[in-house]
Amino acid sequence: MHELGVVFHIMDSLEKVAAENKVEGISRVVLELGEVSTVIESYLHNCWQWAAKKRELFAEAELVVETIPALTYCEGCGRSYATVEHGKICPCCHSPDTWLLQGKEFNIKEIEVY
Amino acid sequence: MKEVRILEIKQSVFADNDRQAELLRQELKKKKLCLLNLMSSPGSGKTTTLMRTIEALKDTYRIGVMEADIDSDVDARTISESGARVIQLHTGGMCHLDAEMTRQGLEGLDPAELDLVILENVGNLVCPAEFDTGAVKNAMILSVPEGHDKPLKYPLMFSVCDVVLVNKIDVLPYFDFDLEKCREYVHRRNPQARVIPVCAKTGEGIQEWTDWLSEQVRDWNGL
Repeated sequence: MHELGVVFHIMDSLEKVAAENKVEGISRVVLELGEVSTVIESYLHNCWQWAAKKRELFAEAELVVETIPALTYCEGCGRSYATVEHGKICPCCHSPDTWLLQGKEFNIKEIEVY
Repeated sequence: MKEVRILEIKQSVFADNDRQAELLRQELKKKKLCLLNLMSSPGSGKTTTLMRTIEALKDTYRIGVMEADIDSDVDARTISESGARVIQLHTGGMCHLDAEMTRQGLEGLDPAELDLVILENVGNLVCPAEFDTGAVKNAMILSVPEGHDKPLKYPLMFSVCDVVLVNKIDVLPYFDFDLEKCREYVHRRNPQARVIPVCAKTGEGIQEWTDWLSEQVRDWNGL
């Protein structure tokens, strides 16, 4: 829902990184996005394209988004399962006593610079 | 041919904001100023609740309000009638406030003259939850017409809140809103969250809320 806001945020952070590392330009930005983070990948790409045209450093930068699958751990039976498919209730033992192992991440992994 | 290299960043997108928020909190501690971040969906009664809150606490604390909206100054005008110092922040289309915007807003309020600042965040249950504003405490309002299932639909919002006000309880008889289920759903996301049923219009339950808030201000400011 706030993809444009986070795109600005990422670009602000990377502009600092670029200045610290005396970078001329960025050719690729790799993000890691959890399956159940609140950010929608397709919107992210749209917002990125729009914002990149307005910032010199990102004019040539390709955006790559790597998906981190969401996994939930069940306290009831000690197994973990796919969150998106099964939600909050464990598909094995039907316990509601579960918590998210991974899948909320939203990280800047690496950038390719010149 | 340009020489290409890879820089490993490995940081959360929100890391930069989280750092600024932490710095802001440290400054607030030194200044003995308590900042409350108030969130909710549009139309849940934030401004009315705020008016009640100011009315109850204005003789005890010097209160300032930051109204964050995409546009307009409707809420700021209403709040200014309460006697609290108020500043309107425009996010310029953005769906949330971040720590840097919060800091700028605070500067405009002359914080040295205040004990408590309430930030009325943009009406939205998604984005404000993701950005730490630097506030000392987070509160949210869920109003009865929105339904008791909202903690399940917006888990992040409910997991970052210290207190959840269930507002408009005067209309409970007309809605299929189950207060006990709501409590259960909130605590499933956040066992520490305090749930306080209120009606900003009639004043019911407001004292429990303002007592809680008062305690937070005393604790934080070391009064």
